[in-house]
Amino acid sequence: MSETSHSAAELGASTEGFQPRIVAFFCNWCTYTASDLAGVSRLQYAPNARIIRVMCSGRLDPQFVLVALRQGADGVLIGGCHPGDCHYQEGNYKCLRRYELLRRLLGQMGIEPQRVRLEWISASEGDRVREAINEMTEQLRRLGPLRLASIPTPHRHEVLSPVKRAGRPVLAKAE
Amino acid sequence: MIRQHPQVRIGVYVCHCGTNIAGTVDVMELTAFAATLPNVALAREYRYMCSDPGQELLKRDIREHHLERIVVAACSPNLHEKTFRKAAEDAGLNPFLVQMANIREHVAWVTADRELALAKAKAQVAAAVRRVVGHEPLERKFVSITPRVMVVGGGIAGIQAALTLGDSGKEVILVEREPTIGGHMAMFDKTFPTLDCAACILTPKMTAVKDHPKIRLLSLSEVAEVSGSVGNYHVKVRRKARYISEERCVGCMKCIEECVFRSPKFPNAFDQGLGLRKPVYMPFPQAVPPVPVIDAETCLWLKSGKCKQTCVTACGERNAIDFQQQDWYEEFDVGAIIVATGFRAFDPTPMRFYGYGQFPQVYSALEVERLLNAAGPTQGKVVLRDGSVPKRVGIVHCIGSRDHNYHPYCSRVCCMYSLKLAHLIKEKTGAEVTNFYIDIRAPGKAFEEFFERVQQEGVRFIRGKVGDVRPGPPDENGQPQGLVVQVDDTLRGRVTKVPVDMLVLAVALEPAEGADAVRRMFNMSCSTEGFFLEKHPKLAPVNTVNDGVFLAGACQGPKDIPDTVAQADAAAAQALALIDCARIPLEPNTAWVEAELCSGCKTCIPLCPYSAISRDPEKGVAVIDESLCKGCGTCVAACPSGAAQQHLFTDAQIYDEIEGILSYV
Repeated sequence: MSETSHSAAELGASTEGFQPRIVAFFCNWCTYTASDLAGVSRLQYAPNARIIRVMCSGRLDPQFVLVALRQGADGVLIGGCHPGDCHYQEGNYKCLRRYELLRRLLGQMGIEPQRVRLEWISASEGDRVREAINEMTEQLRRLGPLRLASIPTPHRHEVLSPVKRAGRPVLAKAE
Repeated sequence: MIRQHPQVRIGVYVCHCGTNIAGTVDVMELTAFAATLPNVALAREYRYMCSDPGQELLKRDIREHHLERIVVAACSPNLHEKTFRKAAEDAGLNPFLVQMANIREHVAWVTADRELALAKAKAQVAAAVRRVVGHEPLERKFVSITPRVMVVGGGIAGIQAALTLGDSGKEVILVEREPTIGGHMAMFDKTFPTLDCAACILTPKMTAVKDHPKIRLLSLSEVAEVSGSVGNYHVKVRRKARYISEERCVGCMKCIEECVFRSPKFPNAFDQGLGLRKPVYMPFPQAVPPVPVIDAETCLWLKSGKCKQTCVTACGERNAIDFQQQDWYEEFDVGAIIVATGFRAFDPTPMRFYGYGQFPQVYSALEVERLLNAAGPTQGKVVLRDGSVPKRVGIVHCIGSRDHNYHPYCSRVCCMYSLKLAHLIKEKTGAEVTNFYIDIRAPGKAFEEFFERVQQEGVRFIRGKVGDVRPGPPDENGQPQGLVVQVDDTLRGRVTKVPVDMLVLAVALEPAEGADAVRRMFNMSCSTEGFFLEKHPKLAPVNTVNDGVFLAGACQGPKDIPDTVAQADAAAAQALALIDCARIPLEPNTAWVEAELCSGCKTCIPLCPYSAISRDPEKGVAVIDESLCKGCGTCVAACPSGAAQQHLFTDAQIYDEIEGILSYV
């Protein structure tokens, strides 16, 4: 276990009823379409992944992942086309390179690398979307909430509380 | 990372989609939530947002309430983003100030728990509301279209599509990898359920292709490379050496007659290897183009350089035979592509217990088609490999289909072609024909009637899977007589043994050889079984995810000839609609470089798969040619200084979306 990220059990928190929040970045052509297919096929899966569409997994800036984690996500799922199938030829390979590097970085930052996951899911693999999200939800339940308390993160505080930033509308605090 | 946006007026529309969304997500609560979000001037729910009244509502609100941004929480943007962009545009709002939140496919349809579904829907709506604030009005760019279509595959699907396009006055390039067009249909004798002679209805179309002034036929050719995009594809075609000049040959066949091989010696693939051919041959008499082909594998001259070249002498002054010919490449600019690469008949060899390849009496259905064909290896006589006429014939259905060891899907045509084969075999030989089936699926026009007719003709039907095929009991010479088929007769509830002289395997249809390479070349998706995937199974059945590439025929999934022809015409109509509009709008999600922020590090340049990025030598910054950019955003993700950005997917917009999506617990 890392120094900065403690499992929920260690912190004495109950993981029961813990609903991990996953930010999912899905590429438009394969994985986003696959999750549409999962919907059309009425496959039921954990509601924990919230989906952000990008045109290509190659658009994924590793900072998106870091920002998502800092802003309260317990995990990040990245979905792209299978190797060789990228709509833009090789954006998914670029994503893979960044992902491998990012995972090392996460470990150094004390965040379990399992919190970030890359999956190749083609447009016809609606069931893979279900499996990936279900598996990841279960895995995050076991890991517990991501607690970044000991990392100085002014933005995290700023985002999670309805503090008004200069000229910038802030969402009403949710529940 | 403080991003500032001016205050804007957002309208949020939550769609019930009948009960599709409202049945799971509390749309009232969701709308009330949306109304509390910053910048939301108005939040409404409506039963069907995509309907006319739904769109009118949106348009009226834009005008009356001066809405500056729109969020529609409904289905997938892949389905209705265009609809709502159009509605906004009609009301005078820039269409790119609209954002959709997918609460149907991604929430209502996949979540059982109502409370959790509502929470997820709120998060998705909050994300869209947060993100849309930072949207900017964008201008669509238009690209002109090359009014020419390439059709890949010259079976009945490709032929039909090419003729329809050609008849409308458009130039068509038809590419076929075999020496002749015609595909599988040319191999058949009769077609179900009307028993039209396949050749009688197909060969006139093949000739029409050959003679059509607008169609250029490239036989023995394969697509080697595809570049470009909708409206302007650039295709490189490999033309394989035929060793006979199509221009000079008149199709007299003298070369075949005079070949040093006095009699045919090599298996003819068109006859499924049942018939023989010479090294120089026509696959079948009505082949189009009517030009023989020389097979380099078996031609003595091409193989060893030792031959009297009697074919060259026979050709004489025509001088059509050209042993110097080599594969060459031709390049074409086309606006649209129709992929009609067909299917492959399943090879039953791995299913050892059916004895295919072990017992000479076992045939695949395609082989029997050739035996029945008057132009086939036996001139239409149904005879076994030993020359005898079978008296008892068994037809086993669902070979490789509806079988989880091979293909779980139903191949759709096998029941009907098995009935047709049963009818034809009985008609030609008077044999007793037994069908071993799981279910008879005869749902087409006049199909059930044909099934009844075949039953009345005395064809037997045994419902059950065949478990074993063994040699029959020995005759007086100790030779086994025919085969014995062991079947679990599920209607009688017992295992039965049926002796037959000939066994026909009704094989599945599976993706054509090389389908995966074709799919990648044209940037399409495929279903898990390997058939090419249509953009939408109901509403875009001939489109693919790659705009300007359309599908026709069995490459998209098993289908019969009427369905194939209908789909080919649909694909032709779609291609026509595309290339006829002279110019098409492009999605403006291209990338650009903010010159002031660019440090000139050149990180982005090698990342671009389209070579759209170059370095301005004077300013020392990267420049993106937006006409080449396809909008993947790979360069944007890599830019260390944030100078590269992508319209509709700027860093700021994505950060906003992340914030929004996590703002709701």
